Amino acid sequence: MSILTTEPVRLLLSLVCIMAFVGLNAAYLVLAERKGAGRFQRRPGPNEAGYGGWLQPVADVAKLLSKQLIVPPGTDSLLFRLAPLMVLSPAMMCLAVVPFSETLVARNINVGLLMVFSFGSIGVMAIMLSGWASRNKFAIISAARVVSQNVAYEIPMLLVVITLLMMTGTMDLNQIVRQQAGGFWHWNFFKVGANPLMPVTFVIFFICMLAETNRAPFDMAEAESELVAGAFTEYAGMGFGVFFMAEYANIVLGCSLATVLFFGGWQSPFGLWPGLLWFLLKLYALIFTVIWVRWTFPRTQFYGLLNLSWKILIPISLFTLLLSSAMLKIFHS
Amino acid sequence: MTAPPDIARPTKPQETFVLNVGPQHPAAHGVLRIKMTMDGEFVTRAEPILGYIHRMHEKMGENRTWAQFLPNTGRIDYLSALHYNHAFVGVVERALRIEVPPRAEFIRVITSELNRISSHLVWWSAFLIDLGGMTPLLYAFDDREKLLDLLEGVTGSRLTYCYFRFGGLCNDIDDSFIAGARAFVAQMRPRLKLYRDLVTDNIILRKRLEGIGPISAEMCRKYGATGPVLRGSGVAYDVRRAEPYSVYPELAFEIPTYPAGDSMARYLVHMAEMEQSLRIIAQALDKLPAGPVMGKVPRVLRLPPGDYCFAVEAARGRFMVRVVSDNKDIPYRVKLRTPSFSNLSLYEEASRGMILPDVLALLGSLDLVIPDIDR
Repeated sequence: MSILTTEPVRLLLSLVCIMAFVGLNAAYLVLAERKGAGRFQRRPGPNEAGYGGWLQPVADVAKLLSKQLIVPPGTDSLLFRLAPLMVLSPAMMCLAVVPFSETLVARNINVGLLMVFSFGSIGVMAIMLSGWASRNKFAIISAARVVSQNVAYEIPMLLVVITLLMMTGTMDLNQIVRQQAGGFWHWNFFKVGANPLMPVTFVIFFICMLAETNRAPFDMAEAESELVAGAFTEYAGMGFGVFFMAEYANIVLGCSLATVLFFGGWQSPFGLWPGLLWFLLKLYALIFTVIWVRWTFPRTQFYGLLNLSWKILIPISLFTLLLSSAMLKIFHS
Repeated sequence: MTAPPDIARPTKPQETFVLNVGPQHPAAHGVLRIKMTMDGEFVTRAEPILGYIHRMHEKMGENRTWAQFLPNTGRIDYLSALHYNHAFVGVVERALRIEVPPRAEFIRVITSELNRISSHLVWWSAFLIDLGGMTPLLYAFDDREKLLDLLEGVTGSRLTYCYFRFGGLCNDIDDSFIAGARAFVAQMRPRLKLYRDLVTDNIILRKRLEGIGPISAEMCRKYGATGPVLRGSGVAYDVRRAEPYSVYPELAFEIPTYPAGDSMARYLVHMAEMEQSLRIIAQALDKLPAGPVMGKVPRVLRLPPGDYCFAVEAARGRFMVRVVSDNKDIPYRVKLRTPSFSNLSLYEEASRGMILPDVLALLGSLDLVIPDIDR
């Protein structure tokens, strides 16, 4: 037992666990997405491989792994190979500070939230690199779109998070969860006493999260009816598979953050058994919403998307920021 | 969205690049290639390049007898095969002055309108896929499946029908078809309402389509665009009313028009046309007379020398067959005037200065069937 609790071993174990968590989630969220899409579209979804389709992810991964990794001539081969690595690693790094329960957190650092956002921005660079290195016109258009989209949506997201930080006064994610203890009315989502627009800030956060993870209705990076497969057009086999995994890893990360920041993380809504169970329940409920949105709405138009951020979301989030600082000044000073 | 003034600056040739959309592109719905000259995301010129699926239907028509060419007509616009059947049997009947029994004409109208609905459903779902909405496809194909089952029962095929004959139909409909068609009309009306609630009123869809890709009535006239494209520009032109054929004059229906001329107007025209088709089917089923479905037709078809044409309102617009006969059993010349070809012609002018997603939304809203363009 003693060797397991020493810091280097514990870190290594946590890292392995996070990688397994991301890998399993990516594999089985693909299945969940396809099953969910099937239900929304009045069809059963994949049901051949294994009982009820449970082996489908294994079959998919085996197929992707057995495919040749093609690096097309004319590409920047170093960047082309580097991009899939760069896209997956930030999401894994960020999960290291996410508290799954009071004790189940890989590395509890007191600027956790800052770390999540700084690493989260690297993923954009990776997609941009993949588009740039591919030397494909569709990929380059997609890369340019991803950058402008992410710049546009990072701002309202950070403004919303700052609004929240003024309430919590800490960047330690576990500390933020602890502050929301004792029943669902203590969750930040329902703390209308501190800021009456709290639910609105969550909606902004959620929209920005969809945009940051390039999910429908904001999936400009791989708008398949316009850009074929966008930045990933030239990738084959597992190179493409890694981008796919990264998309789901980012969804898991985004939804975990939403859970921690707005829905009390591992806290129980009624004070019953706080812990991992509640965290996962909330996490997967949010992920289900993400899947639900994708299969319900058509894609937004690119300029409409940017206008939504610059003309609607940023003014609203600035207003909530002002409102909650004013309320802090009036009621808490 | 057209380019804002600060972006839509005159560009030097070296600042643009060429993007080939198609012939194997998810948005092209077939082997249509569009050579786009792009300035960033703005399209300065979109030039459709045709010929990837040219099958020489017109030449084929000049090499075979009238009856042998009839199945070809179902393969030109495979989504509205019965209308194309109708135009070709119509031209032969007009030349030979064949009397078609009224029952046959009513059944032609009923099946044609069912075919129009199924074609519009395919357009609707494919168009929404262009816009990134995947789910409506499965709902639309659920309804279309019922239609195809119905039509399969009387025509024997599910897509490329060859049901009409010179002088009538190849076989009569039975009671199960009539009951099935009535049931379909009854269940399709609430479905159209469902589509309106779920899709048409969606704010994202409206933002994508309203004001996008405006086509003026003037532009339609210049390029000869017909069908939903023309009616979406506010012109109430419909061959069923303008050059009445079959029993359409006996049936009450409206020509839905929307004056805006944008993609949303074309979308709404399609949706309203499905409702009107249901109305026509319901009336025609009520008025359906008894009697034979085949008129008196000479054993060997030999059209008197002359130049004949017959136009129908196909799902995509005016389809006209023009034939020249020199008193042989094969035509001297067959000319097919297909709606998709004319509707595509205005694309280059209409798409100028728009951004890539809108250009592709405009392409989808024109309701093109590529074999109909290339023939």
